[in-house]
Amino acid sequence: MNLTDLNPFSSDPFDTGHLKMDAPMERRRLDEMQQGVISRPLNRPDGPQKVSGTALYAAEAEAGNMATGVLVRATIPKGRVRAIDEDAAMAMPGVVGVFHGDRLLRNPAQGGADEAPVQPGDRVDYLGQPIALVVAETFEQARDAAHNLAVTYDEDGDAVFDPSSAPTEKPDGDQLDQGDIEAAMQAAAASVDVTYTTPVQSSAPMEPHASLAEWDGENLTLHGSYQMLNYNRNELADALGIKPKHVRILAPFVGGGFGSKLGLAPEAVAAAIAAKALARPVRVVMDRRTVFESTMRRTETTQRIRLAADADGTLTGLAHEDRVSNLPEESFSEPVAQATHFLYGGKNRRYTHEIARLNLTCAGSVRAPGEAVGMLALENAMDELAHQLGLDPVELRLRNIPDRHPEDDIPYSARSLEQCLREGADRFGWSERNPVPASRREGDWWIGIGMSAAARTNILAESKARVTLNPDGTALVETDMTDIGTGTYTILGQIAAEMLGLPVEAVTVHLGDTDLPAGPGSGGSWGAQSSGSSVYLACEAIRTRVAKALGCDRGELTLKDGVATGANLRKTLAELLDAPITQEGHVEPGKTMKEVSQAGYGAHFAEVAVNAVTGETRVRRMLGTFAAGRILNAQTARSQCHGGMIWGIGAALHEELHHDARDGHVVNRDLAEYHIPVNLDVPQLDVLFIDERDDHANPIQAKGIGELGISGAGAAVTNAIFNATGVRVRDYPATLDKILPFLPD
Amino acid sequence: MRAFEYHRATATSDAIRTGRAPDAAIIAGGTNLLDLMKLQVETPATLVDITRLDLKTVTPADDGGLRIGALVTNAELAADGRVRRDYAVLSRALLSGATGQLRNKATTGGNLLQRTRCYYFMDTDARCNKRAPGTGCDAMEGLNRILAVLGGSAQCIATHPSDMAVGMLALDAQVEIEGPDRAARTLPLAELHVLPGDTPQVETVLRDGDLITAVTLPAPVKGAFQTYRKARDRASYAFALTSVAAVTTLRNGRFDHVALAFGGLAPKPWRDAAVEAVLRGQAPDDALFERAADVLLANARGYGHNDFKIPLARRLLKSVLREAAGS
Repeated sequence: MNLTDLNPFSSDPFDTGHLKMDAPMERRRLDEMQQGVISRPLNRPDGPQKVSGTALYAAEAEAGNMATGVLVRATIPKGRVRAIDEDAAMAMPGVVGVFHGDRLLRNPAQGGADEAPVQPGDRVDYLGQPIALVVAETFEQARDAAHNLAVTYDEDGDAVFDPSSAPTEKPDGDQLDQGDIEAAMQAAAASVDVTYTTPVQSSAPMEPHASLAEWDGENLTLHGSYQMLNYNRNELADALGIKPKHVRILAPFVGGGFGSKLGLAPEAVAAAIAAKALARPVRVVMDRRTVFESTMRRTETTQRIRLAADADGTLTGLAHEDRVSNLPEESFSEPVAQATHFLYGGKNRRYTHEIARLNLTCAGSVRAPGEAVGMLALENAMDELAHQLGLDPVELRLRNIPDRHPEDDIPYSARSLEQCLREGADRFGWSERNPVPASRREGDWWIGIGMSAAARTNILAESKARVTLNPDGTALVETDMTDIGTGTYTILGQIAAEMLGLPVEAVTVHLGDTDLPAGPGSGGSWGAQSSGSSVYLACEAIRTRVAKALGCDRGELTLKDGVATGANLRKTLAELLDAPITQEGHVEPGKTMKEVSQAGYGAHFAEVAVNAVTGETRVRRMLGTFAAGRILNAQTARSQCHGGMIWGIGAALHEELHHDARDGHVVNRDLAEYHIPVNLDVPQLDVLFIDERDDHANPIQAKGIGELGISGAGAAVTNAIFNATGVRVRDYPATLDKILPFLPD
Repeated sequence: MRAFEYHRATATSDAIRTGRAPDAAIIAGGTNLLDLMKLQVETPATLVDITRLDLKTVTPADDGGLRIGALVTNAELAADGRVRRDYAVLSRALLSGATGQLRNKATTGGNLLQRTRCYYFMDTDARCNKRAPGTGCDAMEGLNRILAVLGGSAQCIATHPSDMAVGMLALDAQVEIEGPDRAARTLPLAELHVLPGDTPQVETVLRDGDLITAVTLPAPVKGAFQTYRKARDRASYAFALTSVAAVTTLRNGRFDHVALAFGGLAPKPWRDAAVEAVLRGQAPDDALFERAADVLLANARGYGHNDFKIPLARRLLKSVLREAAGS
């Protein structure tokens, strides 16, 4: 390699590996590659480790001389801790320390906070707040001592639990009035004005939140279960009052997050404090009850939807007004109307957004914050409007796909909503639907079908990754990005293999270590596209260097099966390279995030059976059609969609976290009583991907998919309940007691 | 969990002797007890493990019935060919309960003696007369959706969670019990559980050291219609909101044998002789079914969230009776 190989002043992303998305990437490089592994439904390389129990999760991490801590919950909803009887606890068998005080976290950090969440000291803001950590030699000793820790309080009598009577805030940026919705409603040929409510939900990941903290002098290593390590490191450092460079977080495997592990959680800080004080490693694993009450809940929502339409079903007005809740001092509020802003037209529009401040478990991001609940209401209202108009629900949606963003007046990037609706309807057999409710009966069951549209805002997040191509024809991908069960290991390996012309087995992927280049973290469905783009860019820069080493133009270079060809030259990587080539890829969001409206789109179709005796609903089949740009792995993408659709079934029929109305405590805080769908609740799920490339999204033309799968899914189920029975359940979930009184004879 | 002594019983007599201490608990499958110990709802000083005892077989009884060892698992019992053929209501009830994993561990005796899943019973920070007598009940005015509408008291409205017991109750099962001072005795299952009254902590007539060794089923009712219908919040792994077990026959167009048991409604598996008396000897029709439901629910009382159980029980009962009548 000579000096002309390297141009330190180049701004060409294929030289530097750096790209800011200020313009669409119309060259679809992944389609030009020869290895043929991208998009294929390849198995997870980490699958065998997971099914054989050898993948090491945070709660399984061990360290020499480790002690175990258990968090203690506040048993009042508001007030102050007066005293904690440390002496009595210390006298219990095996107890080595009791920790409380100013640095413990009230609740997890919000996603991307990058700083510590509220550290309330002795103040209690909700029942269930972690107020102390008891550490002992064994887990059972710690749990016993924690259970029996004597705490006295000064309780305030003015805690607030009911969002309908609590004082509310109306953030300026979340209100919008465009045109005159009242006039549009007055003039409408058909209109609906309906209010829906959705309950509190929990992410309920399979793996509980867990941390093992180990100090080496002033350096802290935390084995944790987290989604966004680059931020979590800063949050942990800030919480402890130390510099981020002294913190390393390891999270190679995460057993589900769904938002609840976006931000640093109370167990991590407690473990770190205890480990420092005791000068020995401390592990803290939340038990299931603590996960339910001390991590994030999804807020309950109240949503009033108004739709005004012409006689032909063209929307003339649309209003989405909601109330959500959170603890005081939390900046997050569920962006309920997020998809309503761009999904349908109608020039008269209103949005209001209110936040009630309550003494309940912190509200945060839970899978598809905004769309997951907002689209239930919007898509139910569309169904109600279609019924009123006597118009097919698919047709109503087709008639209201706007040409440009109805509020921002910008164009859309790739948007295959129409294909999703039409092809989904065909595949599902939608034309067989009888629009008259309660017209199909099979034995004790009323049968109906319903549909909804799906949309989920697309987000590109800044991401870095390092890729090394070795002369022996292997490659290494390194980033602090996480795989929370989504398939990050799989798709990053696939992208590198495709770009570098290697079999996927030749690519090793290292994730979940803050010592590696900073990825975007797993959240907001940005992971695959953002992290994938940084891997892609690193590979492009490597390809540039390989082409120069081979002596061809990089446009002429072909890499396949470890062989480089171009300009009539052909060399194996071993012949070509005398040392590994390492490049960092770096992608940043740019103007394309603002100049076009980017989202994934889809449509859900569901068939339900509602028991005519009991009102129990069972989903009999379900189809999701999705368009989310390039599909990087057809199998992991499908699994993500399945997961989202199952969440939709759960939201429609089962999930509800109950707070006791008297003190706000989470009543059903285990998996026996917090009902998520079990296998028998989930029918055959069919997923159809619409082939698409979104050049505005990122250089790999892929968009987020995980959260698209849940968006609207539950509405298809409840719309099907209406078709089956004529019963509109507007108060989620549609448990049998809400259907029973209204069933036809 | 509190530290405890562990004793592996070598014989029934050994289990009875060591289990007799007031702070001892018998453990078999442990699917309920271990959860409660983790939560310190139960804090036994000694666990007497009976899983090595020879109580694991289902054998024919002299009267043409079946004798089910107390350690026969729910999975084994549900799959037993004789149970499936002659006591379908029991097999169905078993399979509608819990999950495959739990049924592999849970035993016949343990299933009968499982504790309520009332949220407030399981929360040691809440008041509960069953867990801590005299402290009060946070459930009645709390989230009472899963709680009882029949048989409760001012002290407690917890429901008994078993499906199996409801199926057995409709089969007129008997329970074999061995105890410290007496010979083995047999009790109708209907007399095993007691209502809460003023002592909700007392759930059965068993005394310290008593051990259920078997459940016996009488000879099958020939030609009987049998069913178990369970309404719940999801398709599997959910306790009954209301369930109905039925074993009935018709003779000359009239109900003859009538056995109806109910789950999810009361602090114990519920059977009401008056309901059966309404039906017995009568020709089935909807008016009769309504009268039966009226009798069943005459004293039913909802507490808000669980009000729906009353119409649900009515609808389920009528539906089961219609099916039993072949209509």
